[in-house]
Amino acid sequence: MAGYILKRLVSAIPVLLGISIIVFLIMAMIPGDPAMAILGSYATPENVEKLNRDLGLDKPLVQRYLIWLGNLVQGDFGRSFSLNRAVLDEVLERFNTTLLLAGTSFVICSILGVSAGAIAAARQFALADKAITFVVLLGISIPSFFLGMMMILLFSVNLRWFPVSGMWPIYGTRDLSALVSHLTLPALVLAVVATGVIARLSRSAMLEVLRQDFIRTARAKGVHERGVIWRHALRAAMVSIIPVLGVQAGFVLSGAVYVEIVFQWPGVGRMLVDAILKRDILLVQGGVVFVAACYVMFNLAVDVAQSLLDPRIRT
Amino acid sequence: MNFLGLLARNRLALLGLVVVLMITVLALLTPLLPLADPDVTNTANRFKRPFEDGAILGTDHLGRDLLSRLFWGSRLSLAVGFASALVAATIGATIGIIAGFHGGWTDNVIMRGVDMLMAFPYILLALAIVAALGPGLMNALIAVAAVNIPFFARNIRGVTVGIAHREFVDAARLSGMGNTRIILTEVLPNVIPVIIIAMSTTVGWMILETAGLSFLGLGSQPPQADLGSMLGEARSALITNPHTSVVPGAMILIIVISINLLGDGIRDALDPRLKSGALSRPMPRTLVRRGEPSAGKGSSALLALSGLETQFHANSRVYRAVSGVDLVVRPGECVGIIGESGSGKSVTALSVMGLVASPPGVITAGSAHFSGQDLIGAEYGTLRRLRGDRVAYVFQDPLSTLHPLYTVGEQLVEAVRVHHPMPKVRAREHAVGLLHSVRFPNAKERFDSYPHELSGGMRQRVGIAMALANDPDLIIADEPTTALDVTVQARILTLLRELQRERGLAIIFITHDFGVIAQLCDRVAVMYAGRIVEEGPTDAILKSPAHPYTARLMACVPELGQERRRLTAIPGLPPVLDDLPDGCAFAERCHRATDACRVGNIALAGLATERVVRCIDPEFRAAGTA
Repeated sequence: MAGYILKRLVSAIPVLLGISIIVFLIMAMIPGDPAMAILGSYATPENVEKLNRDLGLDKPLVQRYLIWLGNLVQGDFGRSFSLNRAVLDEVLERFNTTLLLAGTSFVICSILGVSAGAIAAARQFALADKAITFVVLLGISIPSFFLGMMMILLFSVNLRWFPVSGMWPIYGTRDLSALVSHLTLPALVLAVVATGVIARLSRSAMLEVLRQDFIRTARAKGVHERGVIWRHALRAAMVSIIPVLGVQAGFVLSGAVYVEIVFQWPGVGRMLVDAILKRDILLVQGGVVFVAACYVMFNLAVDVAQSLLDPRIRT
Repeated sequence: MNFLGLLARNRLALLGLVVVLMITVLALLTPLLPLADPDVTNTANRFKRPFEDGAILGTDHLGRDLLSRLFWGSRLSLAVGFASALVAATIGATIGIIAGFHGGWTDNVIMRGVDMLMAFPYILLALAIVAALGPGLMNALIAVAAVNIPFFARNIRGVTVGIAHREFVDAARLSGMGNTRIILTEVLPNVIPVIIIAMSTTVGWMILETAGLSFLGLGSQPPQADLGSMLGEARSALITNPHTSVVPGAMILIIVISINLLGDGIRDALDPRLKSGALSRPMPRTLVRRGEPSAGKGSSALLALSGLETQFHANSRVYRAVSGVDLVVRPGECVGIIGESGSGKSVTALSVMGLVASPPGVITAGSAHFSGQDLIGAEYGTLRRLRGDRVAYVFQDPLSTLHPLYTVGEQLVEAVRVHHPMPKVRAREHAVGLLHSVRFPNAKERFDSYPHELSGGMRQRVGIAMALANDPDLIIADEPTTALDVTVQARILTLLRELQRERGLAIIFITHDFGVIAQLCDRVAVMYAGRIVEEGPTDAILKSPAHPYTARLMACVPELGQERRRLTAIPGLPPVLDDLPDGCAFAERCHRATDACRVGNIALAGLATERVVRCIDPEFRAAGTA
């Protein structure tokens, strides 16, 4: 087992390198002069040249990448000019709040999605299946930003069940109940699309498994249908559902950007959009690399979970 | 069934198609419609409610006509969504085909790159691209297309790899065609359905994504507006003037939902697996649709099948897998059922406990009395209590019939506890005992092994132990030795015979091998095309088979020490079960067949003590008749 984890850890290194190269190349595509963008159009040519030299932009591409990578490894993500703050500090702070939002959503969509899919498969063609299929279709077709706005109108403005936006009350204590009431709506809205996708795939994975011989064996043993569905079929279906959960974690993590904008959640997505609009390239670069790297590590954890579930791949 | 027909049969997909077409036509006609200029601001008229002052949908925060902006915005959103889908599909498919067709290091390098891109959280990559190119609708289009290229590349590559090694591609290569021509004329036509499926299921998503980027202010820039940026601009007035948000938001929802409905329909219509209904899951109990159940008979019998008919209903065809089987099993007796594959022997056995997969299986007539109780049509609860407790099954391939993710111990313990609730420790002891009784070596140590860690013979011993778990009266063994090699097969047969004697078990043993029948069974029933064609004591039938089919089947079995005997395969094939001929189903392959064999219904007739045969001209006749 330890050997398997080590092997997966080592195999993540080229992926991380690949990600850093892709991000670096995308940022190197930027037309125009970054120094100019920072200094504004009234900068003198001397100042632009000096800043270029300070930023190392006069060096060849490969060298620039290596320097940048070396700095990244040492935790130096550069400095955000728009915030006048170290990029890593800002990213870490924002990432924590995004993680809280996306993590909650991920738990919600995994549990809801898998159960809905399993129920739909077990009741194929029955009313429950049709109802779930319809709700799922609605869920994957509605833009999360629109859904979020409608939820605010209904639950925050009309019913006044939840606060309109933000992470903490402006006045009042910052306790758990305040956090939960601020978190509920955005976490639910963010979970909707992923729930739909997971439910769909869980349904077809379950249908696939329910036709297998070992399900007939379980039934021939006299196992209750409940046990057949939830113990035998779902366990086997999880083997193909878990990778989907891994992919959906990425969707939740990056889809958080819309929800963060709509609900004024101070997360990394909102930070990225602001940074893009302000052309704060180092902040974008650092944020993207950091989140992508976290996602790679998360997928690694998914692989390990997969191997715990399926003894056949644990070698 | 043609593609459009299938699509039309799916009413939801049709609805989606109609809505998509309507919106597309309206979007195309927008410049010709008598609409207000979408970009003319008139702050005096801002935030008009719908139907106020002639503005059907009202006006936005700058007093612009919402209906007009909705039309122009939809036009833009659709155009951008479809364009990015097209770009992504074209580039992605090209990459996928090149990688899949050439294989080797080309494939390796390309696919590693694709994997890298897929390691990104989706929208993050789009944001990075927009960050580099700068906000703007064209750049948003490029970003969304780029992010979707890996998805297409990977899907198409998978299909291409399958096609690149097919015979017709080899043939084209041998005929001297160049790679480019092979790709264009042989590979591409076979890949296009997959491209269409992938596109139809992603275009809705891409419209959402471009709308999303516009919503964030990174897509279309004012005054030009697509649906996303309309929503983005309306957000600040969400609470005071919700209609400005609802109008574009609802439109996105309608567009995407109808595209998704259509996409699902296209996928279902093009995916051949779904056409046969293969993706429906079997219900917990076989469907029973029969008229009057026949009365029970043979009180001394443990199991009495009478007039059992099981059919498969698929695609408006009826396959008569079992058509009228009568069979009696007495306590402690071993009855063999023998026949070629497709003769209905397994279906007969599975029908007893309602284990025939349904859909498509339906039991249409007959009864199965077990200890006097009719199991056909019995409640699911009744069946479940008997399954594995009094009637247990052993299946053919123990690798696929044991659950791959539970240890054999867990599976045995479950088999016990589901009928006899007891503490896990006691169930475990009992289960180890079961493994001992099937002569399973190192039972204790291997209790926690997974099925894939055991050999085929060991796995089948687990299967048998599981069947014995609750000391059943009857074991139905469905080709339990077919998947095993010969020496293991012999050991398993010995084991079954010993168990049968020790425990007074009744066994129904299904096989296609007369050698196995000879070793194990007291009586044997020969099945052909869903019916029993001969039945009687094993010795008598082995010595003098009466039905020509039985005789031919026995001639197929090689015997040790008889090297000079000719093995004769039976000429021809069994009849198709959805179109059974009149008269004897074997007539077409029978050397004794006459015209009389091909009419009417030939009944099972008594031949000698305990022997029946379904033949008007059997291989021999009983003394005293004819």
